[in-house]
Amino acid sequence: MADLADLTIAEAGVGLRRGEFSSVDLLDAVTRRASITEAQLHAYLTLDGQGARMAAESADAAFADGKDVGPLQGIPIALKDNMCTKGVTTTASSQILAGWKPPYDATVVQRLKAAGAVLTGKTNLDEFAMGSSTENSAYGETRNPWNPNHVPGGSSGGSAATVAVGSAFGSLGSDTGGSIRQPAALCGVVGMKPTYGLVSRYGLIAFASSLDQIGPFSRSVADSAVILDAIAGWDHYDSTSIDGPVPNLAGSLETGVKGLKIGIVTELMGEGIDPQVKAAVSTTATQLASAGAELIEVSLPSSEYALSAYYLIAPAECSANLARFDGVRYGHRAQVEGTAEDMMAHSRAEGFGPEVIRRILLGTYALSAGYYDAFYGQAQRVRTLVRNDFAAAYEKVDVLISPTSPTTAFRVGERAADPIAMYYSDVCTIPSNLSGDPAISVPIGVDDAGLPIGFQIMAPALGEEILYQVASAVESMAGFTQRAALASSEVVAP
Amino acid sequence: MTNRPTTKTFSTWEAVIGIETHVELSTKSKMFCGCPANIPDEPNTACCPVCLALPGALPVPNEQAIEGIVTIGTALGCTINESSLFYRKNYFYPDLPKNYQISQYTFPVCEFGSLDVEVDGTSTTIGITRVHMEEDTGKSSHVGGGDGRIHDADHTLLDFNRAGVPLVEIVTEPDIRSPEQARAYGAELQRIMLALGVSDAKLETGSMRFDANVSVRRVGTETLGTRTETKNVNSLRSLQRAIAFEIDRQVDVLEDGGVIVQETRHWNEDTGATSSMRTKEESEDYRYFQDPDLLPLEVSVQWRDRIKASLPELPAQMRARFRGAGVDAATAEILADSPDLAGLFETAVAGGAPGKLIGNWLTGEVIAWSRREEIDVSESDLTAEHLIELATMMNDGKLSSTAGKDVLTAVMAGEGTPNEIAVARDLLQVSDEGAILEAVDTVLADNPDAVDKIAAGDSKPIGFLMGQVMRHMGGKADPTVVQQILRDRTRGE
Ligand SMILES: [Zn+2]
Repeated sequence: MADLADLTIAEAGVGLRRGEFSSVDLLDAVTRRASITEAQLHAYLTLDGQGARMAAESADAAFADGKDVGPLQGIPIALKDNMCTKGVTTTASSQILAGWKPPYDATVVQRLKAAGAVLTGKTNLDEFAMGSSTENSAYGETRNPWNPNHVPGGSSGGSAATVAVGSAFGSLGSDTGGSIRQPAALCGVVGMKPTYGLVSRYGLIAFASSLDQIGPFSRSVADSAVILDAIAGWDHYDSTSIDGPVPNLAGSLETGVKGLKIGIVTELMGEGIDPQVKAAVSTTATQLASAGAELIEVSLPSSEYALSAYYLIAPAECSANLARFDGVRYGHRAQVEGTAEDMMAHSRAEGFGPEVIRRILLGTYALSAGYYDAFYGQAQRVRTLVRNDFAAAYEKVDVLISPTSPTTAFRVGERAADPIAMYYSDVCTIPSNLSGDPAISVPIGVDDAGLPIGFQIMAPALGEEILYQVASAVESMAGFTQRAALASSEVVAP
Repeated sequence: MTNRPTTKTFSTWEAVIGIETHVELSTKSKMFCGCPANIPDEPNTACCPVCLALPGALPVPNEQAIEGIVTIGTALGCTINESSLFYRKNYFYPDLPKNYQISQYTFPVCEFGSLDVEVDGTSTTIGITRVHMEEDTGKSSHVGGGDGRIHDADHTLLDFNRAGVPLVEIVTEPDIRSPEQARAYGAELQRIMLALGVSDAKLETGSMRFDANVSVRRVGTETLGTRTETKNVNSLRSLQRAIAFEIDRQVDVLEDGGVIVQETRHWNEDTGATSSMRTKEESEDYRYFQDPDLLPLEVSVQWRDRIKASLPELPAQMRARFRGAGVDAATAEILADSPDLAGLFETAVAGGAPGKLIGNWLTGEVIAWSRREEIDVSESDLTAEHLIELATMMNDGKLSSTAGKDVLTAVMAGEGTPNEIAVARDLLQVSDEGAILEAVDTVLADNPDAVDKIAAGDSKPIGFLMGQVMRHMGGKADPTVVQQILRDRTRGE
């Protein structure tokens, strides 16, 4: 029999309800998997063994009592370590929050708990979600489950990797410029960024507030919809959350693509995209056409400037968002002689890593008197152009498609010294963050090196239903069944 | 008392003054979280993840505070913007939890208002540039070192109870021309806040505080001089004094051929002087940008109109009404400034009592008794009905004006109704003509010399005869009636 750790959430749910195994069995399976994979992978920063065990036992007790709150009851789920968990260390992979235990749960955490999920622990990320490789973690990098010499992508690399190797059935990440979709693509799992405002950001340690959005990682499109359904919806504690009905996510999964108009984004299929990635995306696009969709070439002319605009807006917002880390009320406090202000300055200098400092400086500069209009102001105008481009595109097509990442997983250290090359990793994903629209990455194959390739689908705001409809079709057409090399409960000989 | 005249402006210099006022709203909860906005004494007991700026916490605007600022803007005749924006004002300070303050920049809630202030009978209209919404900071206590400032303190204690309390900033045009006008503006603004019930507006606790922008220029010139901003002004008196000092200082500098440095200055109450805090070069770049955690603040036309319709009477309107009821400007101001006195005045006057008399009693005997006894007027036994009854007795000649005042004081002390007291103290005057006539005739018969003098055209003895009649009546005759009868009787002789 297959290892329980390799089941989808849907499969595990069936077994739980048939009494074939318990939630504690599922937790044991992912814990055993983690105990083998973590040495090489380092996907988790914190494993909450005790909390998870109690949650699994109470899920089993609920099943025994005939109580069933839905498809996540008893399912082990991992959380990116930038989401606050009451009493469980939350660091955002930064030294400045070393050992910090939040006094409250993020809204998504509350909702997962209410849905009966078993929260396994906290996963690694680029410090404060700033990065595309999970190398910028103060606690050491995460490796790619398909080949540990490669990066898992980022910033939600830990959350992507746990799902790829089976040390969790699903996980949450946050996506500011592609931080869910790009690692999903590089780790061969499904990663989804919802419409901005569909999922509450309350308790998510902010990187760039106008771009950040929490979303799920999973091993199937159906599982993705199930997790999103549990966390989506209006939240009083987030003023930017959408006060309205949540799209019907599961309803449209198997309805196919016949008659849909699908736009392939010209600018994201050109120079800079790896030929093997391009070929795989074209093949899938052709399959969609064969399945009855109308394929249309669509241009997003402003996407050329999207990356530059993003790298002004996100740092500008982060320069203010991260100002609160000053050693005064919590987190790392420098031991220095001098004034309170000296203490604050030293705490920040000691507590933040180099990429975080780079972005804070960049953002502070972009907002400075005399530069605001040329940098931040101009970036906001580009953002408006990007939105207009998308709006124009969606007058012609139902969804847009592109590669998720211009390349498959790069080698550890390869781009660490070249920020611009690293920033380019997000070129395909950033436009959807600027527009606030939903997008998903679905694995469609591997390249010659055996590394996964992700296929991105983008939809208009609150178009989650059609997004999942197309994603589900892509999933079944691609028939991607390979598993990551590290996804085994057997100890692999070195 | 405190009206130190502005000396050095003379006729050659003119002061140009603008005032920024911060008002803490007395809402139930803080601006962006559910913590109580009335600040407890025990430090750091009214805090939560939002107002402590814990990682991941987000702001949610307080509707009651928005209602408060719209009420203020409406009272100041402002345009209320249907949509306004929250900005982040970035600066690092230990008592600012997020190290940015949520404030407004372009598109505040209220703009383009005005307020009329009166000094020595001359009314001036002060333009209100804007009224915007923001949040308060925590409180720092810099312990040890010299003067309680951060730079040479041994350590700093922080209390975040005040962090996030709703704060409204009211900014004037540079329309103020004298320290006296500035004080009158501050006083009138404070009255308005109290009348609206949006803030306790206490200067001593800092729930209302002023910053003064001051520059001077030669009379006749149009261009503005370089201005300074004076902070730490904690009373209306200091506002006037600090501005007067700053005007004099700037005039001295300019007359000595110097230049004014654009800077922030600190008012020191003890030395009565301002001193430099930081110059413009050292001043911070706040890097304002729109807060991405907050949507545009919408004030619907319906909401705005409802607030306007339910606006209470403003102090200026009340004073005008009181003056219409017969009191002078000074009395009207004292009455309007005290809800207790204003209430008694209005009810008594509505009940037919003469405004002038009631106004004099309230601002005279009533206030004096309250101060002497250290008891609030509202805690005394005095009611508007008592005032009406007493005024009627006066009008009917039953009491002398001195006796009336005594009765009033006794009413406040709880001795009974005016009539009960007058009877008990045997103060009622006789205005019955028969009894007085009898006494007059007796006195005239006893004093033929006086009668003769009067008949000869010397009216002086009338006073003497008055005194005799009053003595005869035990002091309880209505003097007006006595005089009338005396005149009638002596004329005919
Ligand atoms: Zn609070």
